[in-house]
Amino acid sequence: MNSLYEKYIKTESLPTLFCPGCGNGIIQMATIRAIEAMGIAKDIACVSGIGCSSWIPCYFKLDVMHTMHGRAIPFATGLKMAQPDKKIVVFTGDGDCLAIGGNHFLHACARNIDLTIVMVNNYIYGMTGGQKSPATPLNAVTKTSPFGCIDDPIDGCLLAQTMGASYVARWTTAHPVQLEKAIREGIENKGLSYIEVLSQCPVQAGKSVYGEKDPAAIMKMYKKAEKEGTVNIGLFKHDDQRKDYLTRVNECLVEKGMEV
Amino acid sequence: MAFISVDRKCCKGCDICYSICPKKIFVASKTRNQYGTNMPEITNPEDCIYCGLCERVCPDGAINVMKEEGKRDED
Repeated sequence: MNSLYEKYIKTESLPTLFCPGCGNGIIQMATIRAIEAMGIAKDIACVSGIGCSSWIPCYFKLDVMHTMHGRAIPFATGLKMAQPDKKIVVFTGDGDCLAIGGNHFLHACARNIDLTIVMVNNYIYGMTGGQKSPATPLNAVTKTSPFGCIDDPIDGCLLAQTMGASYVARWTTAHPVQLEKAIREGIENKGLSYIEVLSQCPVQAGKSVYGEKDPAAIMKMYKKAEKEGTVNIGLFKHDDQRKDYLTRVNECLVEKGMEV
Repeated sequence: MAFISVDRKCCKGCDICYSICPKKIFVASKTRNQYGTNMPEITNPEDCIYCGLCERVCPDGAINVMKEEGKRDED
């Protein structure tokens, strides 16, 4: 077993419940490496919702909250308010963050509260059997769109930029080094950091969205899509001037004479 | 020479390491892991350039690369 993996993962609960070739494990490893490089394992708290991606932090030997479907961001907001010293990393999926938790996501971005949201976009509802999610590409045949998806997909990165998140980036599981750097910068950034990760789901999205079941081939497709420009990948926004929510709360209290 | 190991208990046989390694150190074999699928075999570990991609990309943390036996390469 990898020595870093052994240091941060509850080895008694292995093997993980992820399918062979799932991208969630790569995101686990990138997070572990980012936390190890920063040396702040004691200050990290992870929050997750419901879905395959929300099982990522449950294997960490860290403070973890596994909460209700779509409500990971409100729980994280509460945790940040109660314990402002903690660095909070939220793991959420495309259905969790953009569908049922979409409204919470908008408001967290507008408040610019100091969270790091790692949104794992696998284009589908993987855990429940391959239904259409808000991020499913056009014309993809899924269980609930048998004649092809006719809805335009929601672009989480554009949404986060519009609503005022201060760090927005999109990487894929085929870019593990850049992903690790993005998670590190996101934790260091004061304000809401939104990192979208395109992750392969070889079992559910493999048969419908990609038409390819080999995880390595799907990762090559990501590299190809990046070169051709069909998917925008990279760092979109890094604005460290915008004040985060806790700073504004404190400023307001000082102004009203309730705190010195 | 690099000391590369693949954990039989962790490996799920997803075959990502075959294509990601620039030196093609991992090759397919008939050995079964505990999950019941075929796991990679290590050939020519002296070719390893310590890029760390296999460790980063293995979804189950099964691969460990060391420069010296028992000592982790801190890059």
